[in-house]
Formats: sequence, C-alpha cells, structure tokens
Amino acid sequence: MTKEPIPASAYDMDHAEEVDERRTLAVLVDNEPGVLGRVVGLFSARGYNIESLTVAEVDRGKHRSRITIVTTGTGHMLEQIEAQLLRLVPVAAVIDITKSRRGIERELALVKVAGKGEKRVEALRIAEIFRARVIDTTNESFIFEITGASDKIDQFCELMEPLGLVEVSRTGVLSIRRGKDAG
Amino acid sequence: MTTQTLKQTETKARTMTGAQIVIEALKEQGVDTMFGYPGGAVLPIYDALYSENSIRHILVRHEQGAGHAAEGYARSTGKPGVALVTSGPGATNMVTPITDAMMDSIPMVVITGQVPTHLIGTDAFQECDTVGITRCCAKHNYLVTDVDDLARTIHEAFLIATSGRPGPVVIDIPKDIQFATGSYIGKEGVHKPTYQPKTEPSAHAIKDALALMKAARRPVFYTGGGVINSGPEASALLRELQAATGFPVTSTLMGLGAFPASHKDWLGMVGMHGSYEANNAMHDCDLMICVGARFDDRVTGKVSAFSPGSKKIHIDIDPSSINKIIRVDVPIVADCKEALKALLAGWKKIKGAKPDLEDWRGQIDKWRERDCFSYPANDGSIRPQYAVERLYELTKDRDTYISTEVGQHQMWAAQHYHFEEPNRWMTSGGLGTMGYGLPAAVGIQAAHPESLVIDIAGEASVQMVMQEVSTAVQHKLPIKIFILNNEWMGMVRQWQELLHGERYSHSYSESLPDFVKLAEAYGAHGIQCSDPAELDQKIMEMIGHPGPVVFDCLVTKAENCLPMIPSGAAHNEMIVGSISGDEIDAEGRKLV
Repeated sequence: MTKEPIPASAYDMDHAEEVDERRTLAVLVDNEPGVLGRVVGLFSARGYNIESLTVAEVDRGKHRSRITIVTTGTGHMLEQIEAQLLRLVPVAAVIDITKSRRGIERELALVKVAGKGEKRVEALRIAEIFRARVIDTTNESFIFEITGASDKIDQFCELMEPLGLVEVSRTGVLSIRRGKDAG
Repeated sequence: MTTQTLKQTETKARTMTGAQIVIEALKEQGVDTMFGYPGGAVLPIYDALYSENSIRHILVRHEQGAGHAAEGYARSTGKPGVALVTSGPGATNMVTPITDAMMDSIPMVVITGQVPTHLIGTDAFQECDTVGITRCCAKHNYLVTDVDDLARTIHEAFLIATSGRPGPVVIDIPKDIQFATGSYIGKEGVHKPTYQPKTEPSAHAIKDALALMKAARRPVFYTGGGVINSGPEASALLRELQAATGFPVTSTLMGLGAFPASHKDWLGMVGMHGSYEANNAMHDCDLMICVGARFDDRVTGKVSAFSPGSKKIHIDIDPSSINKIIRVDVPIVADCKEALKALLAGWKKIKGAKPDLEDWRGQIDKWRERDCFSYPANDGSIRPQYAVERLYELTKDRDTYISTEVGQHQMWAAQHYHFEEPNRWMTSGGLGTMGYGLPAAVGIQAAHPESLVIDIAGEASVQMVMQEVSTAVQHKLPIKIFILNNEWMGMVRQWQELLHGERYSHSYSESLPDFVKLAEAYGAHGIQCSDPAELDQKIMEMIGHPGPVVFDCLVTKAENCLPMIPSGAAHNEMIVGSISGDEIDAEGRKLV
C-alpha cells in the first residue's frame, strides 16, 4: 500500500483521463529458440503495440540476449505488458528505460540521398552538423550513417527530404542505463 | 537448447536411447499413469513403453481425450498429468486441452512426436510446427534437437508445469532424437535461474492486509482455483483463517470445494450464475479478500460497477493477475498457502481482532431468504436441477468425484451439487470446453480406481467426445456419465431466447442417438429415466453397476439457468426467478 491517500476504490479514480505513453523496455532473455516469437506473440495476442524492436545476443557464455522494445499504451496497459513479459519462462528481467532517470537510448540509421549541384552540397553540410558519416558515395548520391536519439534521426531525415532523400534503414532503439551497474 | 549449461560430467551419465530417456525421466518424476495415442513419430517411445511395467498407459480414442484425461488426473490428484501423442494431427488435436489447462492453470506435461530433424520445415508427412502452434497456449514449450538435452528438458518441463502458477508444458521430440543414443541425467541437476516464481508474501503487504481486515465490517473472502492448486494445506488454512475471522466465503466455479458448502458462512458460488447472496455480498462488501482468483468476466459482471465501496486485497502467485481487470488496494504476490499462513499467524497476534459482523450477517441472511436456487416442482418431467439435487443426495456420503461438460448442466451442477473437500470438482472454467468432462472422468477414475466418478453432462457436449466411452470400457474404468438430456444446446438456447428474440438458430439437436443402445454398443451399461418417481432408484442402479454407465436423464426441455446476472449488468442487478431478456441492455447484448 502506498502512502498517498487511497480512494475508497479504484473506481473513484478517473480512468477516462488515461492517455497513451511511449515507453522503452529492455528485456533480458535466455537466447533459446523461439524466444523472440514468444515476446512478439505476446504483444500481438494481447493487442499491445510495438513501435520498434531490436534484438541480439549480448552474452554468448550465458546465452543472454537483449531485446529493446518501444511500445505505447496507457499506464495500466504498460504495467500489464511488464508483468506479462515476466510471465514468459525465458525472460530474466524487464527494465523500464523511460521511467529510469539513468536510461540512454540510441538509434543508428543509414540514409540514402540522391541529388546534384547545390542540393548535394547542402546535404553534406547538414550531415556535418549532425555528425553523420558518409559511408558510400557516387556522383549522384550519398549514404550517410547517423547515430543518436530517435528524434535526432527523425529531424535529420526531415531535413534531407527536400534534398533528395531516397530511402532510410533504421536499427530501432537500443538502450542501456548509465552508471557502473548492469541491468 | 541453451537454457543452462550443466556440469554433466559430474553426474553419473548413463547412456541410453532417446525413447528410453523419456521413460526413465517420467519414472524419476513419479509418473504412474499417462494418456496417449500412438503414431509414426512416437513409435520409438511406444516401443520403450512396451516392456515397461511401472507406467500405466491409457489408450484413448482421440488425442483431445488424452489431454482432458491428463487434466482430470492432475486436478484430482494435485500431480501433473502426462499425455503422449504423435506429430501433426496428434499434436493439433492436443491444442484444445493444452489451452484449457493454460486457462485453468492445470499442471500438465505433453510429449509430442515430431518428424525427424532433417525433415523439419519440408512439409513432411504429419509435420506441423508444434512449438509454433502451442507457443501462445502453453506455459512453455520445447523442441529437442539434441538427445543429450532430452533428460534435462523433461525434468525442466515438470518443474515449470508444477511450480509457480501451474500450466501445460509441451515437449516436441523428433523421431531421430528418440532413436539416438545419449546420456541420461537426473532431475536434481536441473535448475533454471531465469524462472524463480515468488511464493512468499512480503511482510508489509501482510501487515497492510491485516489492518484492513481488522477494520472491516462487511468483509468477504472471494476464493478461486488458486486455493485448490496450492494444495490441500491451502484449503485447510483458508478454513482456519475463516474460523478465526468469521468472514463469509464465496468462491469462483474453479474454487468450489476449498471451503465446505455445508458451512454456515458459505455463500455459494459467485458470478453470472452464482448465488444471490454471494453476488450481493461482493457488491456491498467493504473489504474483499481475493484468494487465488483472477476477477474473470464471468465473476465481475460490469467492471465499472464492480464492488464500488470496497477495499480489495488480492493474493495471487502470478503478478500479471494483479490489477489486470480490477485495481486492488493491497496486492500480495505469493502462493495462496504461504499468504494464508502469514495472515493467520498475524491475525492471531491481534488482540480482540474478530470484528462485530452482526449487521453484515443479518443483511446476508436477508439475501439468503430469496432462496435464489429454488426451481419449479417437477411437472411430469424431471427438472434438471432436481436431477442434480437427487444425484447429490444419493452420492454425497460416498467417495465421489464430479466432472462436467460445459453449458447449463455445468451451472446446475455447480449450484446444486455441494462440495466439502478440494480436488473433488473438475470442470472447464476458463476455456469452457464442451467435451471436457467425459475424458476428464477417465483420468480421474484412473487415478482413483475405487472412487465413484461421475461426469454430469449435457447431451450436446458429451457427443463431442462420446468415443471415450470405449476407453473407459477397455481400461475397466467404471465412470458414470449422467446426461441431463433436454435435446437442446441449453445455454445457447437460453441466450437465443433472451437475446435473439427466440430465434433458435441451429441449437436443437436433431437425430440424437439412443444413448442406451449407444452405451451397449460400446460394451457399457445404458439407463434411461424420464419419470421423476423412478429417478432415485435408477440413480442407485447406476451407482451399483460395476462398469461404465451412460445415464440418459430426460429433463424439462426449455428450462433456463437462473439466477443470472444479465450480460453487462452489475452484481446487485441479478435476476432471480424468471428472466425475459429485456433486462439486458444494448451494450450487454454485444458481450459473450
């Protein structure tokens, strides 16, 4: 029981006011066959959203993989998502990166821009400001590699749009927490 | 298979084939009975069973029967049920019982054969993606691709099926793995660090709960299947805590028997077809203590009007059950047994704790006076409620286990058959599987050969699994199938009457079989009864018959199951007596 005054019942609280929040969760799992299927299946079966998802083995010895999921939902739904994830047998831990003050989120994108003349120069100038690297070039195109928070990448792509943006490939959000401790 | 690297070299590794490993592991897990059906992809395991005397194999007639039989075995013994089926259709036929066991938290281990490893993914004969199909309906599942992982996988499956919130675990074993030679390891070497269910309650949650209990003036215990799953000790502790507090008790369908129905503080079942007093007590209480139940929609009715004035304590071993449907004030994540033990110990330390409940009891007595389960007298035909009532009176002093199918008869059984002990009542609550009861009775009888096992059935449900009478005959399992035959899918008919303007679309059972002749064709005994005056004598004939019996009890055809909380209504809007359908509003009509 929390220390704040509790309403006589949960129904005294106004649920209609609940709004969707965006949440980044780091899910540590045993890297066994089908584990990603279990996680994704849970989201589809219970009607939760996945905005982005990344996964890779991060500890070969312990067969541990780290899945970062960006999801949206009401506070109540997000609480359920965390509890339902923990019900899965191979899930070792769920870390709420958004709620944690120590959370860091990064994304990597490859951005292809085609153009000539002044537009091409402008694209290169903006890339420099965003610290994006050129990893491939032809006479008519660049591929930029950019890392940063998701909104920085959104902004970069937006600026490239009028300069000849051709296509974008993004990793989805990766996450970790600051400080010396794991998890 | 990469769950946990074990120091296999340290344990005394014995070498045997995969099929032998399966049998050896089952024996080490204490399995004495299993239910199954052979096929191409499990033949090596069946071959190993051929010369095995310590495990009894019950051959069913359809794989679904094996699954429900394993559930019946599990629910009536507290031990995990085991089923063995082949790949492809064998596995897909198991999907219903696996889902059923998941919804009702029944410990079950299902072993499925699979096509040889090198054929997986080629659309081979009788291949299906068993782990893919069962991923969302089992607690956990495995595809074993290395024979050296097999023993550990089986032991881990038993650990997961039986601990925490119990559930079904599927092990898919390709045929080449069954033939391959590998090393056997014992169960003591198996542990899974990521799987550590919390069973002990936190001290501060117990303290908060006790404070609410002490202050309560209109309390109610709302108990569920979790109390049964927690073991007989949990039921005993519930009774002790009730005696110490004097709080009245209601239960979900799944929890019947945890608290004795003969007790003066027993309110009867809660929910859509529960008692008037239980539902009103839930609505008007100032403290609800939920023990091992999950606020299912059949229980809550209209969520926004659910028990508006109460504080709520919720004991559940599964944290995801807490605040899922109903916000609670004090969550206690723990095994019911441990939480009840802690509450009881704490309660005993509070001086003068027992609150004055006289007003509350008086109110409850007023609700009881409605006599909500009363029904019209037999009018030439047998009322279905009367049939269950007589069955109860004539069997209550025996060592009896009851299973049911799903529908009106199930609700009448829950209302009019009364249970004093846990593990005596087996029904499909969450999934609502028609065809559960007959095979479940097979499993119960296999576990309790000397007991009286009765499947209270409907004529529609039972026909979904009728072939399992043959299983009962073959294995000399003297189950009694007591069919309340009203020639209708009764609950469907009731809803069509109330919600669809009496347009009875496809709910009448044309061309019903002659159940007596059908019983005889299987080598069982058939009895038919249509006269209320003969009912007792014929029930006694059924009980006295040494083999399986199909009892065709012809009952009043268009009886409605009452009382009823209309869909979309609150507990205190329960309809007693008769219902016309006008009580259900537009929103309620959209609900199931």
